[in-house]
Order: sequence, then C-alpha cells, then structure tokens
Amino acid sequence: MSNVKHIKTIFQREFKAYFDSPVAYVFLVAFLVLVGFLTFGVTMYYERRQANLTPFFFWHPWVYLLLVPAATMGLWAEERRTGTIELLLTLPVTLVETLVGKFLAAWAFIGIALGLTFPIVLTTAWLGSPDMGAIICGYLGSLLLSGACVAVGVFASALSRSQVIGFVIALAICLFMLIIGFDPVINAVSGWGVPAGVVNAVASCSLMQHFDAMRRGVIDFYDIGYYVGVMVFMLAAAHVVTDNRKAS
Amino acid sequence: MLTVSNLKKNFGTIQAVKGVSFTVDKGEVLGFLGPNGAGKSTTMRMITGFIPPTSGTAVICGHDITTDPVSAKRCIGYLPENAPSYHTMTVTDFLTFIGKIRGFEGRVLKEKVESVIVKSRLENVRKQTIETLSKGYRQRTCFAQAIMHDPQVLIMDEPTDGLDPNQKFVVREMIKEMAADKAIIVSTHILEEVDAVCTRAIIISGGQVVANGTPAELRAKDPQGRFDVVFRNLTMTEGPAHV
Repeated sequence: MSNVKHIKTIFQREFKAYFDSPVAYVFLVAFLVLVGFLTFGVTMYYERRQANLTPFFFWHPWVYLLLVPAATMGLWAEERRTGTIELLLTLPVTLVETLVGKFLAAWAFIGIALGLTFPIVLTTAWLGSPDMGAIICGYLGSLLLSGACVAVGVFASALSRSQVIGFVIALAICLFMLIIGFDPVINAVSGWGVPAGVVNAVASCSLMQHFDAMRRGVIDFYDIGYYVGVMVFMLAAAHVVTDNRKAS
Repeated sequence: MLTVSNLKKNFGTIQAVKGVSFTVDKGEVLGFLGPNGAGKSTTMRMITGFIPPTSGTAVICGHDITTDPVSAKRCIGYLPENAPSYHTMTVTDFLTFIGKIRGFEGRVLKEKVESVIVKSRLENVRKQTIETLSKGYRQRTCFAQAIMHDPQVLIMDEPTDGLDPNQKFVVREMIKEMAADKAIIVSTHILEEVDAVCTRAIIISGGQVVANGTPAELRAKDPQGRFDVVFRNLTMTEGPAHV
C-alpha cells in the first residue's frame, strides 16, 4: 500500500530542492529562451502569418531532449554521491513512494517551465483567433511527452552516482525514442528495403508519433495510454535498478 | 528487541558477511568492533533494511526486516556512516522533513523538531543550511534525525568518527543518556569507546563474530587485561599476533 502522505512529503522536498539552488532559475531561463528563439527565430512564427502554435510545439521534443535530462540527472545520482540514499531508504517509506515522489517533483518542475510559455498563447490570441481546443490539446500532449522524458531521466539517474552518466544515458534513450518516429529517419529506413509494416510498428513506439497527433489537436486515449505506459515502464525499470544497486 | 540470525551477504564471489547472529535487549549498548572491512557497515545496512541479506534475517521489535520492512524501519533510528544529510536544507527543514516521513503532523511535529534540536544542542544553527555547518554539527543533525521518533532500537555507524575530543565526549554522553530504555548498537574501531559507553561488545572479523561478551570478559582474554592485544589476537590473521 502506497501512502499518499509519504509521496507528498518526498515530492515537496524534491521540488523545493530545485529552488534551493540557482539551477532552477538557470534552467527556466534557458528553457524559455531556447523555446522562444526556436519558435520565433528558426520557424519564423510571425512570417508564417498563421494564428496557431504549430511552430511552437514543433520544437518541444527537441528542447525536452536537451533539458529534461539536465533536470533529472541529479535525482538519484546525487543521493548516491552524498550517501543520503542510505538515509532515505532506511526511513519507513517504500521505494515505490520514493520513486513516485521524485518523479512527480521533476515532472511538476518541467510543468512549470512549460506553463511559463503562456505569453505565446496570449500573443497568438491577440494576433488572430486560434483554435483554443487545439492549443490546450497541444499543451496536454507536451506535458505528457515531458512526463515520459522525466521517467526516462529518473531511470537513467538511478544507474550510477555520476550525474554526467545520468544525463548522457537519458539523452541517448530519449533521442532514440524520438528519432524512430521522426519522418526523415522513417523515410531513410524505408529506403533501405525494410518492410513498411516493421517500420510502422517501430515508429508507433516513438515518443514523436504520439505527440504529432496531439499537437495537431487530436486527443486519442491510445496516445495518452502510450505515454502513461512509458512512464510506468520507466519507473518500474528504475525500481529494479535502484533495488539492485542501492549500495554501489 | 533486536535479534539477528545467521545474516549473510555475498557481493559477487566475495563473502562479506558469513553468518552473523546476536541479540540486543533493552538497556543494552552493544559495541560493534572490528577492523576496517570486517563487515560492520554491511551488517548494519542489512539490519536497517538498506541492503537485502543474501540469507538470514533481523527481527526488530517483532518485525522481520526482510518481510515487513516498513514496520521494522519504524522502530529503528539509524545514523549511517559519515552522517549523510541534505546539504541545501536548513537544519530545521531537514528535521521537519524526517518528522513528516516518520508520521508526525502539525503541533506534534513542531514539538518533536524543537525538542530534538534542544537535545542535540543545535539551537545556534537551526536556521543555517547544513552545507555551512562544521562536521560536528552535521553529525549531530544526523543524530537528531535518528532519535526524533524515540526509536526502540538505535543503530549508529561510527558516530564519533572524525569528531574532536569534546564532540566525542558529547556524543557519548548522549548515548548514555538514552541507553536505559533502548537497544543500542554502536559500531566503532576506537577501543576506548567500548569502555566509555558499551555494556557488551561483539568483535567481528572477516565477516564473522569472533568474540561476544562484556568489556570485562573480553579484557580477561589477555593476562595483562589489555584490550588492544585481545583485539589484535582475534582479528589479525597474519604476522606476529602477540609479542
């Protein structure tokens, strides 16, 4: 039986820990500058003269790819390095409660970064009359996508006491899960004579494909289920790793 | 209150702990002695549920650590080696976090944190972040989290390691104050500490218990009653053991 109070206590400590150091503020600024630059500078938001957030959501997978691992790399690695893992895991809480608390804290932190992009919605609404349903759907998809990346990050962080290893492994896994559904990659692989059925099956496991539908404004329970599935799977993997490698 | 039965731990092909058994009753302070690498910390980590034993178990206040870890952990206060704590938190925040996890709320939580701050003599540093504290204060902060819930079993891994003589004295006094109504295990490789605080001592070497008795009984193994000679005879496996 998981105790919600324990999860809440661990969540609060982890969440506050982000803001106890300058890391959180550097992260938030980097996130917003990067998203802003890519949307306005690279995909030419104004020049398109369309009142939608397509160029904005287009970049989210790539920005998460770079920044989510940075936000999650310390979750377990730091506990190992400083030895607090021994304190935490000898308290009367289960490993599931600890993992869920940490995961939710990191996800909430990314959620705040995402929430702080709200001026772009105001801008779009002021310039034209965008489809608000599609925007909400896009944000929901983006939040789910970030949750999947956070779960990967939690897993990667549990692997070693080095934050750098946690970062690189999370980045590698996320990159793999993104590009197997990225159109240029799919086209290239199809060109090698791989059967279309196989290509499509692999691509449907990609973080990208499920986000593509949602950022266009289509909510499918299949997509939501996919993201929840990735999160549960990654946290279960993190549970196994942490349980087996506590002392190392 | 604490029964350890045939605890074993293998790390790959290395057998770190080869079957350790003992009991600790209320009112006892058990000294856990042994050279570095003898398996002291590994044994304590298994008793506190941090790492699972390869075989054997520990029963704490009737709760088996391998089958009912959460209940067993509730009865234990644990001070790990090197006294880890969250360095970016203040002393009060850190202790409040531990108190919440231990199930205290509202006014009771505040009182518990306050009383443990006073007991561990942390009043002057309560608002400082732990990273700014000296080693003695960090040690006491971690000690405070171990005793906050007034545990029946208190396990401390080298609680006086790296402290200056005055700080060592303070920690020993605190252990003695609490000894009456708890079962306490203190690991150390400082032999004088055994005389200062322990009612009984276990010497562990190469992952096995090689002696178990009161400090006086252990001393009696040497004609001159020198503890260090007894310790060396029991734990040195090569070279001249006794000159």
